[in-house]
Amino acid sequence: MANDYAHDPGAGAQILTTRSNIVQEVFNMARKSSVWFLLFGLACCGIELMQTGGPRADLDRFGSVPRATPRQSDLMIVAGTLTYKMAIRCRLLYQQMPEPKYVLSMGSCATCGGLFQYSYSVVKGVDKIVPVDVYVPGCPPRPEALTEGFMRIQDLMMRERWKAKMRPNVQEKLGVQYNVPENV
Amino acid sequence: MDELVIQKVGPVTDEEMILNMGPQHPSTHGVIRFVVKADGEIMKVAVPVVGYLHRAIEKIGEIVTFPQFMPYTDRADYLAAMFANEGYALAVEKLMGLDVPPRGQYCRAISCELNRIASHLVSVGTMGQDIGALTPFVHALRERESINDLIEELCGARLTYNYHRIGGVAFDVPDGWTDKCLRFCDHFDKILDEYDRLLTWNEIYVKRLAGMGIIPAAMAIDYGLVGPNLRGSGVDWDLRRDLPYGCYADFKFEIPVGKGWAGKVGDCFDRYYVRILEMRECTKIIRQAIEKLPPGDVMHPKVPKKMKPAAGEAWSRVESARGEMGYYVTADGVSEKAQRVRIRTGSFTAMGIVEPLSRGMMIADLVALIASLDVVAPEIDR
Amino acid sequence: MALTPEQIQAAVAAKFGDAVGPLAPPAKDPFFTVKADRLLEVCRFLKAEPTLAFDFLEDVTATDHLKENQIKVVYHLFSYAHRHGVVIKVELDRAAPKVASLEPLWKTADWLEREVYDLFGVTFEGHPDMRRIMMPDDWVGHPLRKDYQEAGGYEDISNVRDSSLVEYRRMDDAVREAVEAKAKAAAPATPSTPLAPTGTVH
Repeated sequence: MANDYAHDPGAGAQILTTRSNIVQEVFNMARKSSVWFLLFGLACCGIELMQTGGPRADLDRFGSVPRATPRQSDLMIVAGTLTYKMAIRCRLLYQQMPEPKYVLSMGSCATCGGLFQYSYSVVKGVDKIVPVDVYVPGCPPRPEALTEGFMRIQDLMMRERWKAKMRPNVQEKLGVQYNVPENV
Repeated sequence: MDELVIQKVGPVTDEEMILNMGPQHPSTHGVIRFVVKADGEIMKVAVPVVGYLHRAIEKIGEIVTFPQFMPYTDRADYLAAMFANEGYALAVEKLMGLDVPPRGQYCRAISCELNRIASHLVSVGTMGQDIGALTPFVHALRERESINDLIEELCGARLTYNYHRIGGVAFDVPDGWTDKCLRFCDHFDKILDEYDRLLTWNEIYVKRLAGMGIIPAAMAIDYGLVGPNLRGSGVDWDLRRDLPYGCYADFKFEIPVGKGWAGKVGDCFDRYYVRILEMRECTKIIRQAIEKLPPGDVMHPKVPKKMKPAAGEAWSRVESARGEMGYYVTADGVSEKAQRVRIRTGSFTAMGIVEPLSRGMMIADLVALIASLDVVAPEIDR
Repeated sequence: MALTPEQIQAAVAAKFGDAVGPLAPPAKDPFFTVKADRLLEVCRFLKAEPTLAFDFLEDVTATDHLKENQIKVVYHLFSYAHRHGVVIKVELDRAAPKVASLEPLWKTADWLEREVYDLFGVTFEGHPDMRRIMMPDDWVGHPLRKDYQEAGGYEDISNVRDSSLVEYRRMDDAVREAVEAKAKAAAPATPSTPLAPTGTVH
């Protein structure tokens, strides 16, 4: 299992990497077992998000609780249709989340605009606004589908290197500049 | 971007502050925003700003054909999607001159009443959650899962059903489904007693809601409130009994009207308790409907594949979970697409009453008021 | 006592004469038209008259007709006491649609008329708060009009969803251009001898 996570050995690395491998695994396991998500239910998918947090498909067993404020959350589940009026706020909320942060785009409206392709006021996909890690298709996706998407985010967390855990700011990595409002 | 609404809120003295509630906030009624001018905890005024979920459903009604529009009506009110489907189906059936066979009407009634229970469960659960009682919401979600299973067996979807079609319903009742429904009704009646013990007569809950946000009957009619909001204010009006459509004339059920059970007539508690009592009536209707379910087709035998109704317009009203939902569909006689589809929802006009009521309330009471009005963002914004 | 649409139209026409049009063909949901400048009086009569008693303004909406060059504002009224309803239409010129606001009579007209203003551009005179309600305040145009052209997007978000390959390629291009720009900015533009070290390592 140690060989699944590729990384540069560096000089004098063998003992160092074995050790850092264990540290990395434990660290990532701790991170993935406590993913607190931002309650960003916009539309119908928000109801299925609530049902996923409900008794049957319980998200709490993953150690995951919904938070109302972006300052305390790791994962933003964009559940529902994003309109132009809301898009600016979505960007602001994403910028307010502390690193490391992930975005799960739930439902087809968040992925690509959904069935509202003819609409004049719908953003055709939330990944025009924020970078998305996992897309969960469906209209709305079943709680089981959302749980699968959530577990993929957990796999993503397990694959990350602890040295790079302070994931460099997405803006720098992509080399693009998102518009930052002046009063943030 | 926001100068106009700040002008509406008015200038602040140095003891007041302008706060922003939303559009993302823990109360689960959707993306609605309130700009609040508050003196400490007491609000001078709270102005709602809506439109954060305006998805142009009415414009899409002019772009897609009549049968293609049915899934969009689901999204107009996703918690009570069956009623939205039914309203549109009734309007277009009036335009086309189609009658729904009796079995189809009974299927519509049963699915609608199940959906009404599901919607009221969310309403009641989120109301508890907004006040601070986090447990009853989970109980409500548990019951809602049973209803979701039943409806999924009936039509394949858990939330946005697309079950009622123009001319009838899409699928007939599967074998053994009616027994499952009856068993659910028996189980659910006991759950409502549990709910009463857990939430309704809880002293903190009653104290938070009684006497808050009192809407007198004349004000409710003037501001266009409908449904449980109107009945909570003491107006005895329900479309199912007073202007029956479909097969509702065959059923015997009570209409709960606000009596000031915990405080005055028309306060938040009345609107809440009317919903609890309505859920009891729903199980009665489901039982009667299953008993009387007639045999036959569920769909009109000759529904045309290409619908081109003659020029005219139709206005249909259904008693949705959130009140009366009206559909105004016009056709110009030459096209397969509607000339205009208009959805009149109860939540839109209910938001109009928030501003006058909010003067002098505390911020926490604003949350209770919105929860008791049971607004959902897609109904407001469409 | 519930009145039929014919009786209601007859009662209103008896009082207001030619400001009121005849009842439209009763094929489906009959309506009658009222002249725009007499609308407020007619509605006051409809609300106050005891046999009519329309206390519930159900809906205010509008329809756009390019061929007739009109925007018709449609009012649905209902009476709880008598259980009858009526549909009134007002025909307005498309170039400058203006009509009196019904907010003094029924408070629910406040929000309903704001929506018609936002989506159709009809100005309601006497309305206390004529602002957009659904679209952002700086939106251009009235979307539900038949000749509405969408702008390419709003602020810097474009309206078009290209295929994901195009979007990724666009992102790759942006990354490559950013890296090249950074390299050009970092490397000094001074010439160097072939054997001397250049100084910066990429």
